Amino acid sequence: MTTTIANLKAKDFATDQDVRWCPGCGDYSILKQVQSVMAELGLNKDEVAVISGIGCSSRFPYYMETYGMHSIHGRAPAVVSGLKLANPDLNIWMITGDGDGLSIGGNHMLHILRRNFNVNMLLFNNQIYGLTKGQYSPTSEVHKNTKSTPMGSIDYPVNPLSFAMGANASFIARSMDRDPKHLKEMLKRSQAHQGTALLEIYQNCNIFNDGAFFAFTDKATKSDTALFLQQGEPLVFGAENDKGVLLDGYKPTIVSLKDAQFSKDDLWMHDEQDMFKAQILTRFFDEPNADDPQYFPRPFGVIYQTNRATYEAQHKDQIEQAVTQKGSGDLNALIRGGSVWEIG
Amino acid sequence: MIETKQEVTIKFAGDSGDGMQLTGNLFTDNTALTGSDLATFPDFPAEIRAPAGTLAGVSGFQIHFGSKKIFTPGDQYDVLVAMNAAALKANLNNLKDRGTVIVNEEGFDSKNLRLAKYEDGENPIENDSLSDYELFKIPVTKLTKECLKDSGLGTKEQDRSKNMFVLGFILWRYSRSLDSVTTYLQKKFAKKPTLIDANLKVLKAGYHYGDTTETFTTSYEIKSAPLEKGTYRNITGGQALVYGLITASQKSGLPLFYGSYPITPASDVLHLLAAQKHFGVKTFQAEDEIAAVCAAIGASYGGNLGITGTSGPGLALKGEAMGLAMILELPLVILNIQRGGPSTGMPTKTEQADLLMAMYGRNGESPLPIIAAQSPADAFMTAYEACKIAIQHMTPVILLSDGYIANGAEPWKFPNAADIEKITVNFAAAKKANENGAQNGEAFLPYKRDENLVRKWAIPGTPGLGHRIGGLEKEYDTGNVSYDPDNHELMTKTRAEKIAKIANFLPEQKIDIGNEKGKILVLGWGSTFGVINAVVNTLIEEGHEVSSTHLRYLNPFPKNLEQLLNQFDKIIIPEINTGQLATLIKAQFLKEVVQFNKVRGLPISKIDLYQFIKEQL
Ligand code: SF4
Repeated sequence: MTTTIANLKAKDFATDQDVRWCPGCGDYSILKQVQSVMAELGLNKDEVAVISGIGCSSRFPYYMETYGMHSIHGRAPAVVSGLKLANPDLNIWMITGDGDGLSIGGNHMLHILRRNFNVNMLLFNNQIYGLTKGQYSPTSEVHKNTKSTPMGSIDYPVNPLSFAMGANASFIARSMDRDPKHLKEMLKRSQAHQGTALLEIYQNCNIFNDGAFFAFTDKATKSDTALFLQQGEPLVFGAENDKGVLLDGYKPTIVSLKDAQFSKDDLWMHDEQDMFKAQILTRFFDEPNADDPQYFPRPFGVIYQTNRATYEAQHKDQIEQAVTQKGSGDLNALIRGGSVWEIG
Repeated sequence: MIETKQEVTIKFAGDSGDGMQLTGNLFTDNTALTGSDLATFPDFPAEIRAPAGTLAGVSGFQIHFGSKKIFTPGDQYDVLVAMNAAALKANLNNLKDRGTVIVNEEGFDSKNLRLAKYEDGENPIENDSLSDYELFKIPVTKLTKECLKDSGLGTKEQDRSKNMFVLGFILWRYSRSLDSVTTYLQKKFAKKPTLIDANLKVLKAGYHYGDTTETFTTSYEIKSAPLEKGTYRNITGGQALVYGLITASQKSGLPLFYGSYPITPASDVLHLLAAQKHFGVKTFQAEDEIAAVCAAIGASYGGNLGITGTSGPGLALKGEAMGLAMILELPLVILNIQRGGPSTGMPTKTEQADLLMAMYGRNGESPLPIIAAQSPADAFMTAYEACKIAIQHMTPVILLSDGYIANGAEPWKFPNAADIEKITVNFAAAKKANENGAQNGEAFLPYKRDENLVRKWAIPGTPGLGHRIGGLEKEYDTGNVSYDPDNHELMTKTRAEKIAKIANFLPEQKIDIGNEKGKILVLGWGSTFGVINAVVNTLIEEGHEVSSTHLRYLNPFPKNLEQLLNQFDKIIIPEINTGQLATLIKAQFLKEVVQFNKVRGLPISKIDLYQFIKEQL
């Protein structure tokens, strides 16, 4: 079983290897928050495994003083699945990116989410291929000019959290590199969840896609573009908390709280457990536009959480059941089989 | 009158719905109990639900048994049992001259004849097209229904029992007891006594039909074969493989993890393992071939015996991940139940054309051990050894089998579990932390090697061994990422040498039959074992100077292989490919070889190989 350790520091989770991300990269902040959350939670580093695919973010395991594997492109969910079945008590953190997790590894992402292994999955979304030097990614906005799309990309971007809802994920949350406090809270929520916790983290690639998420982090726009979810609280945003989201049947609308027509009590109350509401929330996915009065702000926080049996627990149950029904395997009986005959 | 025969080959053929596989298997079990040696091979239709009565829907089961050593299921059969016109048409070409045809008359009505694409008005069992054969027409359907008219069973259920009539008849023809089939039926239908009675009644009716009908004047008897003393069972290649894997798991104390994606003909390994959960076997049906191998790698990293299985196209997909396991230096067993290629090729047909892919099919310098099963029963030890090499040398191992081995069956003098050697596992030991929480002693070096260049297996969760591994090139000993040119060369050579050193642990290659030196050596690998043995035995009996040897270890080769080859004037290599082992032998030993290659999706036939070798004498 997992144990906790007192008085840990973030640096207890740092390796002696030089961190090699570009200076200013959003990955640094995420690394720091992960290390400090692990220390705060008193995780035993011998019981932690950090597993990644390929990409800038996937260098993460080399910087974590835990067990770790930097596997191959897109396949971390599969490695994680086998590792978790081999050792269900390990505390596994999977690191992936928009290219790794949603392009080459999209298939595996779908399946780990529906199977619901108890792992924390951090999806570093920077809407670009960084390691290969700047091609558009599956989350890049349409018309993106990159080296591989000199006339603009024509692919429509994927909506990762809607995709995750479609895959029947049991935990979906969003945070960003530039909001350490929120990020830490979300990391803790992910860790607390029993099942696959998908945490999408908006991460700035200052070299190839600088400012992709500034609309959500910049002081001037942030309050109108980002919506911070709190369980049981109304959906309120705006510089003076003067805007709210109202649910008219299943149709969300933005209303002003300035005049007396609507009060906070009329608004949509956030309920992480409500799958239908969560589906709608993941659809708040428009290009940020603070000036549009009907622009749906991008939700941050835990969008959906439900409790459902983990894959590894059910897998173990079946083995135990088989042993109860048939007794522990008898190798001689297996080899001998049903009917035998003697010669000589 | 009972006539004694030395060997017989029978082909049971009918529509997929006619129960020919069951008939064949029950006859096989019955044959085994008589002490005859035998080899079987089922021949499934490529389409799952081909329309009833058509050529595409024909399913067959071939058994070759005798009072002498039997090496193959036989090229041609002495007896063809055809339940309908399509079954006759599809199988007649491999019936021996003057062979016996036993047909179900009702399977030759106008509808069946049309579906089998016989010309209008042409009925092979009515015109004299079968006059060169001994033809027996039995109204099986009619007699079965007659027998069951008071059974209370519906027409469909009655119809389904007709294979029991045929089985009963064949059991009579070969002077057998009905006991094994009776026991089977009683067990199978324990909860449905009416079905036991009905099937037994039909079985007996078929048996007595032979006895009382004057048409059949002769029955036959095949005496037991001079097999080695001991206790035997019948086993398919698929079962043997799975039991070998489970044995390795039990003998190493490592839980078996099997990640796989459904693919013909490897899916049976997944089915068979999934039924053995009480051995602690963990099966994982992954979303694709890549996930299957990656999950097995994850499981190996976590300290399980990670295994993945597939067939050719799947092996192609697993290439990158196998390279990862190779550079990580984790144990992993990759089963490739080969089938006809390239691409989707011929999924239900056999071929041994993945040897070079197993050898070279990965990016970069990534040698892996390769081991091949040679017969259904042999798959047991091959599987056990593949696991042993993987565990003890910290490397992925590729095990090659094929559809012919996996689906074939033969008697097996099975071992006693207690006599099978334990597999020792070299885990890295935990490091205790001192009072201050710091680790004692030196830092853990995940890529430090022993004299065989093998690193230790450090399992996540072990106190004090935290380390990072990955697909990037590693620094010698520390395993830290390194782009240093000298280090890369050193690591490349070290990994290759580690695999080469496995040869030190392999038994020397021996001559299977014939003299240790001479004119011709027939060198084979994989499922050609049976046919090579049969042919070389015949040639030796005829007084020719021929020997044979069969390779289980294809990489590295046994250390004495070159020396052994040098004792012969000519090396003949028969393969079901265009010359893949031949390529390896030529490249490694700069040696001339004579190739005999067939790529017809079928086992090599005895007569073809016999003629070829004779011409080379
Ligand atoms: S390329 Fe972008 S994502 Fe990659 S390390 Fe540099 S800044 Fe970070």
